[in-house]
Amino acid sequence: MFVIAAAAILVALALAIARAIKGPTVFDRVLAGNMVGTLSIMLLAVVGFLTGRPEFLDIGLTYGLLNLIGTLAVLKFFRHGDLAHDSDVEPSS
Amino acid sequence: MLFVEVLSWALILLGSFFTVVGALGLVRMPDVFTRMHAASVTETLGVGFLILGMCLQAGLGLVTLKLFFLLALFFFTAPVVTHALAQACMHEGIRPVLAEDRRGAKKSTGTGDGRQT
Repeated sequence: MFVIAAAAILVALALAIARAIKGPTVFDRVLAGNMVGTLSIMLLAVVGFLTGRPEFLDIGLTYGLLNLIGTLAVLKFFRHGDLAHDSDVEPSS
Repeated sequence: MLFVEVLSWALILLGSFFTVVGALGLVRMPDVFTRMHAASVTETLGVGFLILGMCLQAGLGLVTLKLFFLLALFFFTAPVVTHALAQACMHEGIRPVLAEDRRGAKKSTGTGDGRQT
């Protein structure tokens, strides 16, 4: 039954990658990239259960934290043009 | 414990279903805000049901604690990412596509169409 869950996650992963390739705006790609991260965490957990090694969950937790930071950093870069933006200064664009 | 087994498999199947549905919505929805809505289906219902099913499979222990940490992580980070993404879209000048714009009956000038970059 974990095989079905892994297959469903792989199908969803393929659809998310299709959106990341196709996406008209950069925010579609960021959203699809975030979803690829989420789905890979779930794939790690399911494969860990499938092979009887639930220690993969530690990797999943790390990956979740990195996913949040990465997405927010990319969004901040596209919004302000740099990562070290001072929040007191209004963006000129 | 047949009941727990059946319940956990049902939760995992339900989570798989919602994961695929959210990804399908990510491909088929018309603009970026509705795509965010579809992606949040995967990140709440899909992930939640899958993790609850895996908790029932693992039984009480360290694995369940890690799964609950993962669930709490998604519970807090998914709204943060979605909000930041929507705020960045609005700041960039992309507006949600409204229903009358999609029908094409009333072409209101200006406010409706999302800017395509």
